Amino acid sequence: MHLETDVLVIGAGGAGMYAALEAARAGAQVILADRSLIGRGGATVMAQMTVAAALGEQTPDSWEFHLADTLAAGRGLCDERLSAMLCREGPARIREMDAWKVGWARHDGHITQIHAPGHDRARCVYVDVLSTGPAVSRTLRTQLNLASGIRRIGDLAIVDIVLRDGQACGAVAVHLSTGQIVTLAAKSVVIATGGLTRLYRRNSASFNMGGDGYALALRAGAQLIDMEFVQFFPIGHLAPRLVGMDPIMWDPFRYKLGGKLLNGEMREFEDDYASADARNDGTYVLTRDRATYAISKEVEAGRGSPAGGAYLSFQHVPESELRRSFGPVIDKLAANGIDLTRQLVEVAPIAHYHMGGIRVDEDMLSTIPGLYACGEAIGGANGANRLSGNAITEAFVFGARAGQTAAAHALANASHWSDEAAATTVGMLRAADKRDTPNLSVAVTDLQALMADKVGPFRTDEKLREALVEIDRMSSELGATPPSTGESFDPLLIDWLDLRNMLQVAKAVATPALARTESRGAHQREDHPGLEEAWTLNQIITLDGADIALERSAPLSQKAHA
Amino acid sequence: MKAKLQIQRGEPGAPLHVEAFEIDFEAGQSVLDGLRAVRQSADPTLAFRYACINANACKECMMLIDGKVDYACTVKLKEGETVLKPLPKKALVRDLVTEIAPPDERLFPTNAK
Repeated sequence: MHLETDVLVIGAGGAGMYAALEAARAGAQVILADRSLIGRGGATVMAQMTVAAALGEQTPDSWEFHLADTLAAGRGLCDERLSAMLCREGPARIREMDAWKVGWARHDGHITQIHAPGHDRARCVYVDVLSTGPAVSRTLRTQLNLASGIRRIGDLAIVDIVLRDGQACGAVAVHLSTGQIVTLAAKSVVIATGGLTRLYRRNSASFNMGGDGYALALRAGAQLIDMEFVQFFPIGHLAPRLVGMDPIMWDPFRYKLGGKLLNGEMREFEDDYASADARNDGTYVLTRDRATYAISKEVEAGRGSPAGGAYLSFQHVPESELRRSFGPVIDKLAANGIDLTRQLVEVAPIAHYHMGGIRVDEDMLSTIPGLYACGEAIGGANGANRLSGNAITEAFVFGARAGQTAAAHALANASHWSDEAAATTVGMLRAADKRDTPNLSVAVTDLQALMADKVGPFRTDEKLREALVEIDRMSSELGATPPSTGESFDPLLIDWLDLRNMLQVAKAVATPALARTESRGAHQREDHPGLEEAWTLNQIITLDGADIALERSAPLSQKAHA
Repeated sequence: MKAKLQIQRGEPGAPLHVEAFEIDFEAGQSVLDGLRAVRQSADPTLAFRYACINANACKECMMLIDGKVDYACTVKLKEGETVLKPLPKKALVRDLVTEIAPPDERLFPTNAK
């Protein structure tokens, strides 16, 4: 099957939906494709609470204060052009969502803003404590329904971007529910596929967050930036099994009620890791990165909880206060058999967000003409560490910008499509055969364990080299031809395509992590503790055959490009 | 603890059949955890839909569980037998996967396939 459009948007989370809306508003015909259902997969729908924007509703604010906090969190590596755009344009998008009736929480006639860690004032809006993401997704889906010129197609997995004469001209996809190969001619292509947290054993990701967009961009010849910076969230839920909740849910409660972290010996250990110079995050003893370190070290020393993390205790908090603070969450916990007044839960660091991504300019244009990107799929705005609340805001701002610029490009250019340019990928998919392969769903689990153990929050030269050897071994084992059941909704083919991307992206994280011989933000090297001034550089990578080519450049300031 | 999942397999147009898989599980684990375990330990060709895994946010893992429409991510595994079938009122794609997208969000909008 062959489809044609002006703008192809890949990924229907917050960024992709916003891109589609803005591109259509600019007069372009849009196809919005997602490998899952529209507005259901990805990270946006899972977002728990905070969205940062300098609205000044709660307390006087300016986008420049938000920018200062964003740059401080980014530890010198932000592309200030992108950070500034995020902070400057965030408020307008938050108000647009408000006009679209997302339902931002209000108090005394104004939008409520709360003070999240890392911010200098109350700046973060939310819908309600645990369901900001679903509300955002629902609102954007409603707008998509109302818009004209947007064709939404779910169950469509994009396999490769198609290039002709060095320009993006469309994509090749598999329609999952029929197994059909679909070619898509598009004058502009927008990658909005989110991050890569599925690469790790413990993560807050959905199934389709295996870094697809990074792999698509790499194979298209685009540059990626800051790929070594994976954000870990220190107290992701580990045990007992808890369903129906985002695994990062404990944070606001720990913050509010002072939940205690205990090791396997039931001893509080945070003070053992607090150092005189460590920044204190409000009521926490340890910042997120130090808490991640402390839990990891306790586990390494054999003092972990049974499931391999730490205990989180609220037993010192009176039941009435628990009920007041947790609200309906207490009932959700009870449904999972968890009673906080009499039991501990286990928590552990989990992969939560990716700072790195596709390198774009202020038009969200990658280094390949016609290829745009937005949302978590791009790198630069958050530098070495993301400020809490910036992820949904960047999805809106960068999504909208990518939609506008991709539409302008599409409306000014003719289609570049050629069947020959798509032939390699189409051929690869046609060659998919029924054959015995090792269980690739196990290989995915193996890769997640490898990444967690060797390319996790704390890295060494030795571990990273071991990871790279193993990634290469797994890649050659995967081979160049996908297996297939020959049937619709083919899990073997999906696993193979996922691993093809995940292995490439794993290498794209491990390679710059090995090269960066310092510790900064989310990249912590046990063999190179401490930040090195000389490393105030972005690492930029491209694909060179099966290898990753690295170059370095100084972070871009606002002034240089004003 | 052991759970036995009786799973309806097959595509439309071919005879459907039931396959049983026995898996070990821990208290609190979901039917979706069980299905993922089946793919890892026994049969990677088993098809079912899900995106968010834990959060009950994506709403994609809806199926017929012991005769009741429910989410595989929120129903707990139990000892003994659990019968899993695709949604009865949606067009079957394969195994436990049905066509659940709104018609105008499909590649082939007018019919399921």
